[in-house]
Amino acid sequence: MVEQNLRYRSDEPVSDPAVTVDAFADQSNATAVRIEPGDDARALLPHLDRIALVEVNFPAYTDGRGYSAARILREHGYAGELRAVGDVLLDQLSHMRRCGFDSFAPDQAISSEAAEKAFATWPDVYQKTVDGRPAIWAKRHPA
Amino acid sequence: MYQYDSYDQSMVDARVAEFRDQVERRLAGDITEDQFKPLRLKNGLYLQLHAYMLRVAVPYGTLNSRQMRMLGDIADKYDRGYGHFTTRQNIQYNWIKLEDAPDILADLASVEMHAIQTSGNCIRNTTSDQFAGAAADELVDPRPYAELLRQWSTFHPEFDYLPRKFKIAIIGSETDRAAMKLHDIGIQLVKNDAGEIGCRFYVGGGMGRTPMIAPVIGDFVSPLQMVSYAEACLRVYNRYGRRDNKYKARIKILVHEIGADEYRRQVEEEFAHILTLGLEPPAAELERIKGFFEQPGFAAGASDELDLSDPDFALWVDQNVHAHKQPGYAIVNISLKPTGGIPGDATADQIRLMADLALAHSFDELRVTHAQNIVLPHVKKADLYGLWQKLDEAGLAAANLDLIGDIIACPGLDYCALANARSIPVAQKISNRFADLGRQRELGELKLKISGCINACGHHHAGHIGILGVDRKGVENYQLLLGGCEGADTSLGTITGPGFNEDGIVDAVEKATDVYLAQRAEGERFVDTYRRIGMAPFKEAIYAKEPVNG
Repeated sequence: MVEQNLRYRSDEPVSDPAVTVDAFADQSNATAVRIEPGDDARALLPHLDRIALVEVNFPAYTDGRGYSAARILREHGYAGELRAVGDVLLDQLSHMRRCGFDSFAPDQAISSEAAEKAFATWPDVYQKTVDGRPAIWAKRHPA
Repeated sequence: MYQYDSYDQSMVDARVAEFRDQVERRLAGDITEDQFKPLRLKNGLYLQLHAYMLRVAVPYGTLNSRQMRMLGDIADKYDRGYGHFTTRQNIQYNWIKLEDAPDILADLASVEMHAIQTSGNCIRNTTSDQFAGAAADELVDPRPYAELLRQWSTFHPEFDYLPRKFKIAIIGSETDRAAMKLHDIGIQLVKNDAGEIGCRFYVGGGMGRTPMIAPVIGDFVSPLQMVSYAEACLRVYNRYGRRDNKYKARIKILVHEIGADEYRRQVEEEFAHILTLGLEPPAAELERIKGFFEQPGFAAGASDELDLSDPDFALWVDQNVHAHKQPGYAIVNISLKPTGGIPGDATADQIRLMADLALAHSFDELRVTHAQNIVLPHVKKADLYGLWQKLDEAGLAAANLDLIGDIIACPGLDYCALANARSIPVAQKISNRFADLGRQRELGELKLKISGCINACGHHHAGHIGILGVDRKGVENYQLLLGGCEGADTSLGTITGPGFNEDGIVDAVEKATDVYLAQRAEGERFVDTYRRIGMAPFKEAIYAKEPVNG
């Protein structure tokens, strides 16, 4: 399988292997961690300053827990790479980006052209999330 | 009513373009049916037994005449000349071709409508009180809040792959006409002693195979924090709702398993965090939306006099016309339950006629009710007789609102891929058995609800008389439930005992009504008598052995 990664960051990719959330707590030098759907993303909050990469695994695209995990990390100030891995499909990319993911390693390759098109699906958004886009209500009522 | 601005319009237009692209990719074989399924479901497109079914959202059940007319035109152009109004205040078309679906969505978008999130494991169309803005007993008009929820829940990026579907209802009257406590979230707008408005959040209700009445989770949430509180409720559910078993995945199971107190604690914790993020639309946005729901220009001094000399008209007024807050006006309920008909079905011509009548007599407004009827919310009493005559000519004047003929039924095995048994023929047989309106009126308020499977789309748990169709070794079998109720005194029905075949269930319903007639006390409804005397007398009558002739 070709290693494929859509990445929307300008810093250098992290080469460290991602460890599990449990292992991460015991390894004070680890900089990359992998969240499974059942993991509590908040367990990472005390360690955000030393994390450079969080992989959020989607074993099946229908399991949406990773969207909440991503938002929680970003809402608490995590600024490192947030990568969606696994059963990540074209039609999920736009929402994932809105929840704070900035890189994608899908099981099935997605072309960067198709991804760009997916990100441009919505001219505007109804909700304020962590992606910095102003919600429609904010545009209607500029401060 | 609410009107789209350029932002709202561009969102539904974007959805049409996105779905057109998805359908093209599917038809070209670029994506598999498995991959396409969640995409079409998010556009309300189900693959049913015979064809695709398209479910169109009617946000909080409110329509103008232009939208209603489009629903009739779509029925003619893309379906077989009729549509089916649902228990979630939506409309479904049963004979849709996949390749037509993008064009239908484009037609809908041209009248500010869509099929967004009418299926799939996401936040569904928010429902509300069909008498909103018109009812005499209304405390707060729920529609602006429902619109706020519509926008917040539309394409919500975090909650598109929830453990299971998620349904929200919101009301602003003491009388609950929306079965609010039987929703994943039910919001009741209330006022405190200081006259301030608050949102009472009931969370974890539902029907399906494990019916539950929602407990109060947030007693008095500020309307200016309603979206944040809902966000907190959903986030806790998205993270901790069960995903191991589809039948235990609704939020009611989570709330039940961890308990209302623990769920509330988690929500409050998440809520406190979310309040720091500034996700709530500002007060000015709620005010902007409220501006669309100002009361229409009622004629001052309109007369309350009604000429009831036509007895059929008088019956219809008595049964189907409801008190309006404005003197000289009334709320008209159009029953889609003619004798022997299919509950909730209307032909394209009927749909267009109702649109015309709304434009002429109801300030251009209609509502769809969860009981699968249509409401004209603001009709001048002086117009009622002429209106009734036109309805009568079109077969739309059944005077049976809330009577046994006003049956709720899901599409059942005639259409639905999930069903175990047919619902429609049972509804038709019961409707025919009780065709005599005098007999129906003698029985009084009697809500009969039929589901063709355990998923309970026909709300059988909440029927004074409920019927559940099951499959017993390849044969359709119907269980009878008694004592369910929606509204302020919500209760869940109890199964009487062994099930019946299609004719047997009709007989059993009739026997139950006989027990009620024999035992009722002054002023009691069927459900009141049941609550007073209990199941035993009903059971005895229903299962009594027939004497053998000869």
